[in-house]
Amino acid sequence: MKILTFKKGLYPPHHKSFSEAFETKVINPNVDDMLIYPMSQHIGTPCTPVVEVGDRVLVGQKIADSDAFLSSPIHATVSGTVDKFDTALLPTGLTSPAIYIRTDGLMEEDPGINHAYDYKSMTKDEILATIRGSGLVGLGGAGFPTHIKLNPPPGKKVDSIIVNAAECEPFLTTDHRVLLEETERILLGLMIMLSLFPGSKGYVGIETNKMDGIQAMEAMCQKEPFKGNISVCALDPKYPQGAEKQLIYAITGREVPSGGIPADIGCIVNNVDTVISVHRALYRGRPIMRKIVTITGGAAKNPGNYKIRMGMRYIDLLNQVGGFKEEPYKLIAGGPMMGNSMYTLDVPMTKLSQALLCLTKAEAANVEKELSCIRCGKCVSACPMYLMPLELNHFSLVNDLESFKKGGGMDCIECGSCSFTCPSKRHLIQSIRIKRREVLAERAKK
Amino acid sequence: MEPAKYIITSTPHIRSNHSVSGIMGLVAIALLPTAVASVAFFGLKALLVILITVASSIAFEALYQRLTGQEITIRDCSAAVTGLLLAFNLPSTVPLWLPIVGSFVAIVIAKQLFGGLGQNFINPALAGRAFLMAAYLPHMAGGFVPAFTGFNNLNIDVDIMTVATPLMAETPPDFLTLFLGNHAGVLGETSAILILLGGLFLIFKKVITPHVPLTFIATTFFLAWLLGDGWGFEFALFHILSGGLMLGAFFMATDYSSSPITPIGKIIMGIGCALITVLIRLYGGYPEGVSYAILLMNCCVPLIDKFTKSRKFGHSSRFKDLSKQI
Repeated sequence: MKILTFKKGLYPPHHKSFSEAFETKVINPNVDDMLIYPMSQHIGTPCTPVVEVGDRVLVGQKIADSDAFLSSPIHATVSGTVDKFDTALLPTGLTSPAIYIRTDGLMEEDPGINHAYDYKSMTKDEILATIRGSGLVGLGGAGFPTHIKLNPPPGKKVDSIIVNAAECEPFLTTDHRVLLEETERILLGLMIMLSLFPGSKGYVGIETNKMDGIQAMEAMCQKEPFKGNISVCALDPKYPQGAEKQLIYAITGREVPSGGIPADIGCIVNNVDTVISVHRALYRGRPIMRKIVTITGGAAKNPGNYKIRMGMRYIDLLNQVGGFKEEPYKLIAGGPMMGNSMYTLDVPMTKLSQALLCLTKAEAANVEKELSCIRCGKCVSACPMYLMPLELNHFSLVNDLESFKKGGGMDCIECGSCSFTCPSKRHLIQSIRIKRREVLAERAKK
Repeated sequence: MEPAKYIITSTPHIRSNHSVSGIMGLVAIALLPTAVASVAFFGLKALLVILITVASSIAFEALYQRLTGQEITIRDCSAAVTGLLLAFNLPSTVPLWLPIVGSFVAIVIAKQLFGGLGQNFINPALAGRAFLMAAYLPHMAGGFVPAFTGFNNLNIDVDIMTVATPLMAETPPDFLTLFLGNHAGVLGETSAILILLGGLFLIFKKVITPHVPLTFIATTFFLAWLLGDGWGFEFALFHILSGGLMLGAFFMATDYSSSPITPIGKIIMGIGCALITVLIRLYGGYPEGVSYAILLMNCCVPLIDKFTKSRKFGHSSRFKDLSKQI
């Protein structure tokens, strides 16, 4: 088997054994639970509510939408009553306006959903409209609206559609589970995407720490209609293999130009969960309402993979699956390399939620004092964007924005490999991120 | 809302267990066989020189940081490694105050005055050696005791029989002797095989990359073969096995803060060091050129770093256009 990868990067410990063998379990909210739907669950313009306080809503009913180009609607995931409009805390620490719905536990479904479409007889615009209508965004955590990603600017010829099942973040196992449990649906969803780009080929990128997933996928790819259209790519379990640009490079050998998008070089990358949701939207007419979330870490009592209703709070999910084994030191929404640490679990799960990581003190990195840079070059040999993090760190600290930009600071993908490997425990990515935000804010002003 | 009880930090939430003291500790371990060998070859005087150099290096670092009101960082072991390397550059015949002067130059002048760990532009141990060579040449190169004769010479006042370093010799010595190390020289340059062992250990542990040592040694071998008249292959082999070449290539030229960061830069560093070494050895006034070669190349590192920056991902013109990529 040929194992593909990108240049540089590093091998953090995987820690996937906590939850990788646990079959996905469905978790529904309890009667009278409050579900919270933030209006910002995607990259783009936040939605505005299309329901009123006191309205009764049904499962799958659209509750918020926006006319803006870059946006995606939000649907109720339970039946119940709109309780209030208020703000809600997001895992990032920011707040967003949100719709609060109290569930009645009946799970009564909107008659408008569950319509099976025949995508082969639909036009491209109809398929994209259906995908938009289902509220689909990139479910790998970025949240870019899928209908826009699948409709690149004119002049871009897309020939490769890549399914991202690398799951390079330590601890996370949701991609692994869906590879095993929904093998055929992934490929059916990918076939829908391929139909939008005649002549394109599909690739499923999986790290070799999920050999059973690779085997299941390869067996399925031998069947019709997938044979010849889709191939499985075994990837080195190296971080950040699942980063979009690194994944494209590993599979196609092409580099996304600086400041460009994957479609510039003929590629579109979608998370494996997004691809399944495309299948669900077209074959079953269901908007995106569920998300698989890994609960893991040494402090979690019952690590596993749970299919939750979006809008549930982390605390509701945790209580339903047994809570903590021991008092956690750190709670993280997402993986340990790029996830957000949270000071409370009173935070709703959204389209972007992937995991709740309950780290013990021994597992989490100590907040250590920075030592002097010894120029060992470990950060340089880890940076998957071929940057010099030690220099960018210096430019950030002395506030030299010009040199920071010239040094490729804006090419940084914030994967955190530099900080992970630094023997002096310097705050490399942290300082780079601060300057990146400054430059982005400056650009937004213009 | 419940009171916040979990800590919040920026990513990443896990980190590797690399540490500065861990890296320096590995370097010290790699140097240990050579230290033991030097004591075996030159007797307890060698041990005394090593101990004094290491102790005074640590003391000067602590003292300087104390006087300037900085945090004392001797626990990162970098001063100890500098002391060890400086001791390896001294012959066992030096008076015991000499290593202390060398430590002062290495730690205070070459390292701390330029900003401390990671900021020194030249290798501190070599700076110390260069100063001692310039100021106290008779002590530094006046005489080397042959190996296995130092045991009776603990008393420094005793007139000792001295011999020349093999590099001054008229005919090449036995290669096995050079390889194993029981010949005259400074403490750390005698046994090529033990230094090689330590160097390979550092490469295996990923403390250093093979770029600098490999290019340094290979280029020296090639140039000595090409330029040396008379002995040919033997002459080349002699040059890489003798003097401080192995020690310099594995432990000195690879010093993090005074060597380039990128692989290409490291290769330039290795070739440059070899070129200067051979020029000094064959055409210069000194029999030994490794330390000056490394010091000169140290000064070129900022330039090398500037011109050998790697291409950033997605920046090549080759990748601007899809058709050129496919």
